[in-house]
Amino acid sequence: MKHEIIARQISFTEASSYIRSNTAEVYEVPPGFKIFDVYIIGIPPILLGIDGTVITFPYTKPCHGTFLLRIDSPEEAGRIRAAAKRVRK
Amino acid sequence: MNEKSLRGTALVMLGCPQVPIQTSAALYLVHGLRKAGIPVTIAGTPSARALLEVADPERVYLDEVVDLDACIGFIAEGERDFSMSFVFVHNDAGVAYVASLAAMSKGRVHAVVFGGSTEEIVAQLQQVPCEIITARGSHNPLPMKKKLDGVLQWVVSNR
Repeated sequence: MKHEIIARQISFTEASSYIRSNTAEVYEVPPGFKIFDVYIIGIPPILLGIDGTVITFPYTKPCHGTFLLRIDSPEEAGRIRAAAKRVRK
Repeated sequence: MNEKSLRGTALVMLGCPQVPIQTSAALYLVHGLRKAGIPVTIAGTPSARALLEVADPERVYLDEVVDLDACIGFIAEGERDFSMSFVFVHNDAGVAYVASLAAMSKGRVHAVVFGGSTEEIVAQLQQVPCEIITARGSHNPLPMKKKLDGVLQWVVSNR
């Protein structure tokens, strides 16, 4: 899947701060929320950002820390808007 | 799935195996839980699993061993859960895993904190609803063994 890595090997808190400050819409999801066939893990509240159809989200790997990824997907953006709790427009 | 129906099942969740005591302490914990009659599922990264499986080729100590992401998946989907979970934590990613498990599982979640940054990790875990077992150190497993002995004693007496 085509994706952009915005940041790598950051802390989960840094990922949340970036999303809160740099995306147009911010959504809150519980740990285990599935996006792009991946179960998102993290310290609640887990934030996802959306700009149009582009989703920004944290992806944590045990050996490499948290990555901040950006993927363009109208389907997933729509699903998040319908399923997740919006915390900021 | 309520806590009563989960009675007597344990999950040991392993992160990156770069800190040596993880494998030793995990094997010791699994042994103690099994000795108490509790079947144990181990979830880990491919390397963390391989370290255990190579060390125990005849499965004297190991029961079920599963992929970490698959484990998160079946707990997130509500397909399985455990009455007690032990998540090994030595970095920021480990904090994310234990926080997630504490949110998803109906059982008792323990963070087994080790390595060189235990104070920072324990501080991050203050808002996470979990029991914290901590022993600073990366190479000598004996301080962690002592802490795990205390936990195992509690587990046996509360069965």
